[in-house]
Amino acid sequence: MDWEAIFNNAAVELISPTTAAYALAALGLAVHFGYTGLLNFGQAGFMALGAYGYAISILTFGFPVWGAFLVGVGASVVFALILGIPTLRLRADYLAIVTIAAAEIVRLLFTTNTFASVTGSANGLSGYKNGFAALNPLAEGSYGFGPFENNAYDTWLRIVAWSIVILAALFVWQVMRSPWGRVIKGIREDEDAVRALGKNVYAYKMQSLILGGVFGTIAGMIFALPRAVVPSNYQTTLTFFIYAILLLGGAATVLGPIIGSMIFWVLLSFFSGFVSRAVEAGWLPFMTTIQGGQLRFILVGVAIMLIVIFRPQGVFGNKKELAFVR
Amino acid sequence: MSANAGLDPVAPLEPPVPTQKPIKTTGLHVGDAEPGCRKVDPILVVDKVRRSFGGLTAVDVDHLEVPRGAITALIGPNGAGKTTLFNLLTGFDKPNDGKWMFDGRSLAGMPAYRVARMGQIRTFQLTKALGLLSVMDNMLLGAKGQTGENMFRALLPFLWRTQEEANRAKALDLLTRFKLDTKKDDYAASLSGGQRKLLEMARALMSDPTLVMLDEPMAGVNPALTQSLLDHILNLKSQGMTVLFVEHDMHMVRHIADWVIVMAEGKVVAEGDPHEVMKNPAVIDAYLGQHHDEDIGQDPGAETEHVSAIKELLDDER
Ligand SMILES: Nc1ncnc2c1ncn2[C@@H]1O[C@H](COP(=O)(O)OP(=O)(O)OP(=O)(O)O)[C@@H](O)[C@H]1O
Ligand SMILES: [Mg+2]
Repeated sequence: MDWEAIFNNAAVELISPTTAAYALAALGLAVHFGYTGLLNFGQAGFMALGAYGYAISILTFGFPVWGAFLVGVGASVVFALILGIPTLRLRADYLAIVTIAAAEIVRLLFTTNTFASVTGSANGLSGYKNGFAALNPLAEGSYGFGPFENNAYDTWLRIVAWSIVILAALFVWQVMRSPWGRVIKGIREDEDAVRALGKNVYAYKMQSLILGGVFGTIAGMIFALPRAVVPSNYQTTLTFFIYAILLLGGAATVLGPIIGSMIFWVLLSFFSGFVSRAVEAGWLPFMTTIQGGQLRFILVGVAIMLIVIFRPQGVFGNKKELAFVR
Repeated sequence: MSANAGLDPVAPLEPPVPTQKPIKTTGLHVGDAEPGCRKVDPILVVDKVRRSFGGLTAVDVDHLEVPRGAITALIGPNGAGKTTLFNLLTGFDKPNDGKWMFDGRSLAGMPAYRVARMGQIRTFQLTKALGLLSVMDNMLLGAKGQTGENMFRALLPFLWRTQEEANRAKALDLLTRFKLDTKKDDYAASLSGGQRKLLEMARALMSDPTLVMLDEPMAGVNPALTQSLLDHILNLKSQGMTVLFVEHDMHMVRHIADWVIVMAEGKVVAEGDPHEVMKNPAVIDAYLGQHHDEDIGQDPGAETEHVSAIKELLDDER
């Protein structure tokens, strides 16, 4: 068994753009769920809007990179308003139902053949990376070391992706320790109490929904840059993986979503490499290669369960919070 | 509790009495003290406010005025509609119809947060402490007009740091008065039920309200603390605030209230000076039910309950 290759491939995921994308999307959910108590089950929808907004703006309308970026962000602000205006005055569970449905509607609109000329239907879109690659200031060549060695484009993508994640994390860290964050956390605890103190709870919830949604959208763009945009990537399972990352890292924390995403992807890659090699080596004679591909998710699930059982507040969560039954 | 240390445990518990002799405000009303009577200087005027839940009319107040600068008690049996009236007046619930004015401005249809910003602050019967926020953060949330509560200004701490420090000092002062200063860094969830009542009241005072509406502020607070709570309420009056509070304990009502409003089955059935209003037959009716002549004596358990209720009502001037 080639342990070195297994560990190498796992280490690659530590700083891969996909890990950054999941971290950013999870940070958005931390704003929604961890800090504000909003049950957004449609983060995949926000990500899809980012990916498609970026790709369509470039491919169909010939926008520059920054224009495509703004289109994606604008689309997610509109999406957040559509979701929030009718539901944020109602009980928390209504937002959950509406977001899960709306995210599916978004995915199906991108899948349907009706708009195939723009969306590429089930085949999705590709060929939108030139603009981003043209911005690359790095000369051709190879950068980094060991498992983190990449060509100029991949290095550039990693630098941009992780810079955005760090900026977003600093943003969340700062606003959550400000009076604004205090109102947001108060809403999570009891919105009527906050209302009774003269705060416009509805407006704060809307700001939170938009902020976390925009993070999800930018994550969708980062997610799209190393691959093609395919609608089947944006299913509800994507939202649940991001929730798993969030709970793994700690829901109301800034570092939790980032480290959670790293743990998730490193584990996934490790188990994937291990299982496929174990099947090849005949260690698991009852299993086909395809079944092995499924097994990795089971193993990741078990690993996450163990972490959550022994550290229920998440890696960075505050243990004291769990002492109080709500 | 150190305040209790000196108490002899076998001595009969005296009902808590404020340490200072309350100065009663009088001459609040115009004409007879009847339900809906006019006040010399009303801060809150309620007109034909009605709220029904399905077939049940929880609140049906024809006219009601709350006097400014005084302590008014709102009493009535369980289910009389006191909390529902509070919810309506503070924008937490919408009436079927009716209008009401606070400080000369109509509040009908105004959302709860704007009512609060106008200076009419309420607390809740079922305490709403923000459990996973520290006691200090709970207090700071109560402060009005905070620059840092805007998301973009929140990013620039130098814009709000001075204001935050001032609010913190004010919060600490209030917490000290409510004997919660040692708990300031604890989660509010770690407070006892009575301490949460105190925190909620202190938090409401952070915004310097003009009208404080307290829904059963003493429920579950121990006698020693009740004393200081009564003192706090009297202090609010001496600082020029108006207090409207719901309370079931007649002794306290009698000791601190300048005016008493009695509700039953959604209506205001009596109003008056706390010593006079208890003698009003409508109040006794309200507490015993309209048909007490008929069914009293049929249920021996109910009878003792009724007798003790009457005793408490008539047990004036102790
Ligand atoms: N949301 C609601 N839905 C249906 N009925 C309600 C609702 N809120 C209150 N009621 C009813 O309205 C009536 C008045 O209730 P309310 O809570 O105002 O009483 P209260 O005077 O505050 O009583 P207590 O002294 O026990 O607190 C009760 O009969 C109650 O059952
Ligand atoms: Mg009540």
